[in-house]
Amino acid sequence: MKTFYGTALSNPLMLGTAQYPSPAILEQAFRESGAGVATVSLRRESGAGQTFWNMIRELGVLILPNTAGCHTVKEAVTTAHMAREVFETRWIKLELIGHTDSLQPDVFQLVEAARILTEDGFQVFPYTTDDLIVGERLLEAGCEVLMPWGAPIGSGRGLNNEYALRAMRAEFSDIPLVVDAGIGLPSHAAHAMELGYDAVLLNTAVARAGDPVLMSKAMAQATLAGQLAHQADPIEARDMAEPSTPVVGKAFLS
Amino acid sequence: MKIVINGETCDVRAETLSELLEECGFSGRVATAVNENFVPSSLRIAHKLAEGDRVEVVAPMQGG
Repeated sequence: MKTFYGTALSNPLMLGTAQYPSPAILEQAFRESGAGVATVSLRRESGAGQTFWNMIRELGVLILPNTAGCHTVKEAVTTAHMAREVFETRWIKLELIGHTDSLQPDVFQLVEAARILTEDGFQVFPYTTDDLIVGERLLEAGCEVLMPWGAPIGSGRGLNNEYALRAMRAEFSDIPLVVDAGIGLPSHAAHAMELGYDAVLLNTAVARAGDPVLMSKAMAQATLAGQLAHQADPIEARDMAEPSTPVVGKAFLS
Repeated sequence: MKIVINGETCDVRAETLSELLEECGFSGRVATAVNENFVPSSLRIAHKLAEGDRVEVVAPMQGG
């Protein structure tokens, strides 16, 4: 099993902590799903930060702070440094947003920030597109994990470009890959895992579901099902039918 | 001295960053930046503030 900078995940579901109806529901979603990683952020302190921190710590999951909302290398690097101090982890989910409507990563700045942060001792989880060459550049910059998008953040569209995600899996066979963003349904999560991805990262699909706790369980089970299916070496699809019941020995009745 | 803290201008007595945090009631787990540069917690005591400095104080928050 691949590890994330030397850490094996107990559960291939990475779950965001934003947008839940209440902290209690957030907590329950983590407990019911068994998600192995929680993504978190940093925002201006308004009094709620310490309570949130205590709750997250008690979940006993790995913490992956993000640089959400950063549009420049400097902003992202500074945010990463603040996150490392506050959350006491070298892990950083590096987001460098390039487009306001699609929240598409600015991959040019992403590579630059990844290089700086790696040199500063961070273990970078880059939120990237499904572009192979960008993936190569990120690895050259020191990343040991890639997190291509399935679809734009919060869109729930699933895997927009299965071909590209397959190509990434084939090209970077030894690298832990995570589909980050765009997952809307458990079938999307299962699909990503069936392609051989090592984890999925999602937030909105669970937090904004009518019953987030139930959906977190559905996502966890689908993720696991997809992982098992990949390990089980699925059959190839074919155009024509092939009888599964033996033809030989059928009684002559007509 | 006037300092901009998390986007709001405040008149403060504090001369260093650690004094500022205490004066404004920030406690617990926070990280700081002054004029868009990260200031580690270990350097807050020695970090002298100047008129018009922009200070950011951030804390853990929900994120995706």
